[in-house]
Amino acid sequence: MKEIRLSGIRKAYGRETVVHDMDLVVRPGEFLTILGPSGCGKTTTLRAIAGLEEPDDGEIRFDDQVVFSRQKGVIVPPEKRNLGLIFQSYALWPHMTVEKNILQPLQNKGLSRAEIDERTTRALDSVQMSAFRKRYPSELSGGQQQRVAVARMIASQPPILLMDEPLSNLDAKLRLEMRAELLRLHRELGSTTVYVTHDQAEALTLSDTVVVMDQGSIVQIGAPYDIYHHPTNLLVAEFIGEPRINLIEGELTEAGGTVVLQGKGIRIPADAAAGSASRRLVASVRPESILLSTEKRDGWQEVRLDNAQPTGSTTILQVAAGDSRLSLVQTGFVRLEPGIALWIDFDPASVNFFDPATGKNIRTSSKVAGADVG
Amino acid sequence: MSGDRVSGTGRIGAVLRFQAYRIANRPDMVIGVICLVALAFLVLGPLLEIIRDALSLQPYDLAYHPDGEVGSFSLFHLERVFVSPISKALFYRPLLNSLAIGVTVTAVAVSLGSLLAWLLVRTNVHFKGPLGTLIVVPYMMPSWVIALAWLALFKNDRIGGSEGLAAGLLGFQPPDWVSYGFFPIVVTLSLHYFAYAYLLMSGALATVDSELEEAGAISGMGRWQRLSRITLPLLLPALGSAVVLTFIRILGTFGVPALLGLPVRFFTFSTQIYNSINARNNGDAFVLALVLIVIAVSFIWINSRIIGVRKSFVTMTGKGFRRREINLGLWRVPLTILVWVFVLASVLLPLTILLWESLILLPGDYSLDNLTTYFWIGQGNTNLAYGEPGVLLNDGILNALGNSLKLGVSAALFNGFVGLLVGYAVVRGRGTRLSRWLESIAFAPYIFPSIALGAIYIGMFSTPLGPIPALYGTFAILVLITVVKNLPFTSRTGIAAMLQIDRSLEEAARVLGMGWFKRLVRIIMPLSASGLISGMLLTFITAMRELSLIVLLLSPSNMVVTGVIFYYQEQNMPQHSGAVALLLVLVIVLANVLVRLVAHLAGARSLASNAGA
Ligand SMILES: Nc1ncnc2c1ncn2[C@@H]1O[C@H](COP(=O)(O)OP(=O)(O)OP(=O)(O)O)[C@@H](O)[C@H]1O
Ligand SMILES: [Mg+2]
Repeated sequence: MKEIRLSGIRKAYGRETVVHDMDLVVRPGEFLTILGPSGCGKTTTLRAIAGLEEPDDGEIRFDDQVVFSRQKGVIVPPEKRNLGLIFQSYALWPHMTVEKNILQPLQNKGLSRAEIDERTTRALDSVQMSAFRKRYPSELSGGQQQRVAVARMIASQPPILLMDEPLSNLDAKLRLEMRAELLRLHRELGSTTVYVTHDQAEALTLSDTVVVMDQGSIVQIGAPYDIYHHPTNLLVAEFIGEPRINLIEGELTEAGGTVVLQGKGIRIPADAAAGSASRRLVASVRPESILLSTEKRDGWQEVRLDNAQPTGSTTILQVAAGDSRLSLVQTGFVRLEPGIALWIDFDPASVNFFDPATGKNIRTSSKVAGADVG
Repeated sequence: MSGDRVSGTGRIGAVLRFQAYRIANRPDMVIGVICLVALAFLVLGPLLEIIRDALSLQPYDLAYHPDGEVGSFSLFHLERVFVSPISKALFYRPLLNSLAIGVTVTAVAVSLGSLLAWLLVRTNVHFKGPLGTLIVVPYMMPSWVIALAWLALFKNDRIGGSEGLAAGLLGFQPPDWVSYGFFPIVVTLSLHYFAYAYLLMSGALATVDSELEEAGAISGMGRWQRLSRITLPLLLPALGSAVVLTFIRILGTFGVPALLGLPVRFFTFSTQIYNSINARNNGDAFVLALVLIVIAVSFIWINSRIIGVRKSFVTMTGKGFRRREINLGLWRVPLTILVWVFVLASVLLPLTILLWESLILLPGDYSLDNLTTYFWIGQGNTNLAYGEPGVLLNDGILNALGNSLKLGVSAALFNGFVGLLVGYAVVRGRGTRLSRWLESIAFAPYIFPSIALGAIYIGMFSTPLGPIPALYGTFAILVLITVVKNLPFTSRTGIAAMLQIDRSLEEAARVLGMGWFKRLVRIIMPLSASGLISGMLLTFITAMRELSLIVLLLSPSNMVVTGVIFYYQEQNMPQHSGAVALLLVLVIVLANVLVRLVAHLAGARSLASNAGA
């Protein structure tokens, strides 16, 4: 268990800066996920922590130990950082058996024979791969290879675990299984974990803290709940959540003493804090927080059902309100005819407002990304 | 003020420390720099050295310039070579001879090699497997083994020594132009280098996806159109490099023109260089070597202009795609027979002739009762062959054979190791200037025709050089020059092998705490072994049969078996030279079989598992 502290980390390839002055603290024992679109610099950040990439500026500490600092003139090489890393490609050594893959790095640490055997066995047991000790990696399925990579990582019991999209090569079912497994292992080992993914569901289920990155910068740091409910900007709002969040652009107007956002064919309740009349804003509403009725109700807005897509446990409804289109999610298998009228309403607490020019959440924009960093 | 200064020096300290850490953190860079410096010293250093020697007065020139100062700038050598009364004999005639031989042999060998490659790779001739193995045997033999056989067969009685088999059996003397000079040189060199061209072209042909041709067929192209519009353009780069590589090697080859040219004073560039060095006119030899290098470089340049720099050199190995065999139909059987006859003749005929010759007691007498095993196991009889004992009991020969083996093995090991390191530094440093420089300099020895490189090394290492003692006459210089000459090939093998190893395999080891040396031994070497071993085997073969490269550097103290053969031939002891040549071919073939067997047994399991990963 170690704290990881990045301050002012910058990395450029040639002229192009791919990580901008990044500050980040991973608390001891925390499971932190770095989430972001492809090419935003997640892998680069992770490799900088591992020491496989050399930042152009900034400092990295593990607890009190400086492992990288340009100012202080320190680079601790990866082999001395004592961490575990899982690659997207697993990087199992193809010329060694499963057992040897795990033994090799342990032998290197100068452990006693008994200790090595004990750790190997325990690591293989904990990923349920004991039966495959003598196999070569090419004789294993993708999921099994992944487990061996995990076993190799945990056998050396590093205080820091780094994982780069470890589940992206697995099929959907296996991914769910391994997700639970990784979470269990993390609890058992208690290592500080940094996990890179572009799968938002993975980030929400696994993490204590989610870091959303875009174009080399951190956009938001927070608990999954906060990230989901209070995105700091439109990008985060859109990137997280499935089906996609509803965005309605419109103008604030006063009607009968209450402030509403008037979009194309749809009204969203707003409060005075949203600003003065005629300000243009973008409202966001999660599909599952829109209230729905099949009967006419007072003050609710009428919409027309375009289609219903039941997935079994939930149903996604696409509705049209004037020129706007909204997605709704209802629990259960909903059977409704397309074309019928429905009535919807919004809970003001579930609505976020964004400035269309900057994309920033007008409520949380006062406490932006860096503020969470200690 | 003082506070500033302290923090200033502190910062400089931090910057220095940071750079030190940084360098230590990049083993590929450290290796890259070391290799670059070493190679620059071993490749470019000698070149500069002979340019300097060629342009200044040397001690051996004082006979012509008694009051000249050694080391002062002078055009003396250039004048001698280019515009003096002896220029014609020294420079122009050998130049024309070399170029004529080079062009003719390249044309014959590359056409023959390409044709055979096409037949073996793309058509359904019979018994391809054994044919493919047999066809590279001429390449494993020294090129001049065929020349020895030629002499045994077609020697006439006019030049000295006894008459050859043809004269002995048929009773007519072959004319001089058949026995010696241009014609036999072209024939024997072609019979050797077709196998080299075959190796280059079959690798390239195997990589041309026949789906591309099928696509052409579907879009309505006829057979000839497919060949001319698809296959040939795809092969052009390989063809270009086969032409250039073959041509450069022929320019630098020494054995054949020496055996078949020197007796009639037919000089090529390489034999003229040898002659000048023997006559202690090193300056002339250096100028000639430089001209040879200029010719080679211009050829490479022209080739890369025509074909494009990036594509101009292909490696010898290529991964197979889906290949469809062309049905030869009625031609299948006749072509099969033709190919077999040719290959068997080019392999077995010379060896049989040499064997026969080595069993003849008195040269020129081909009757059965003149047969003897004396030259193999004789005890040494003062009446015969200057009292030299038979080959198998002859300490000098066995010693030289031992030296050759030692040379082959050490060159293979060093080359394998250097190739691995260069490959590592080049591949891991991809995109950096260091990586590009290293790749080019490792390729540079290609431009030195063998004999020219030998001449350069004489110039460079005949006197102590910094910490290096004078290496002339030592075994070390043979290893050094062989390693350098084979570097382009082995570093290519190393690069190809390293490209197969994903970077993350090494990074995983790094993160798990394995230091660089451990990673090298445990991860990188096992994973690149199969590629490196075949590269090392080829280096071994090349080193064992090498003469052109080292002939100038040989002395009694570091004699190798190829030198011995040459010596016996010069001394007009054909039975000995034939027997030793046979012995050498036997050793090379055996070593080849042995290494392949061992590699096959050892590599079977791990290779199988590599293939899937
Ligand atoms: N070795 C390199 N040389 C040049 N540019 C690089 C290099 N490695 C990464 N980049 C660039 O840096 C940016 C960030 O790359 P990085 O691999 O960190 O993205 P990522 O967030 O992990 O993306 P993905 O989700 O696709 O893996 C990309 O634009 C990429 O093109
Ligand atoms: Mg990535």
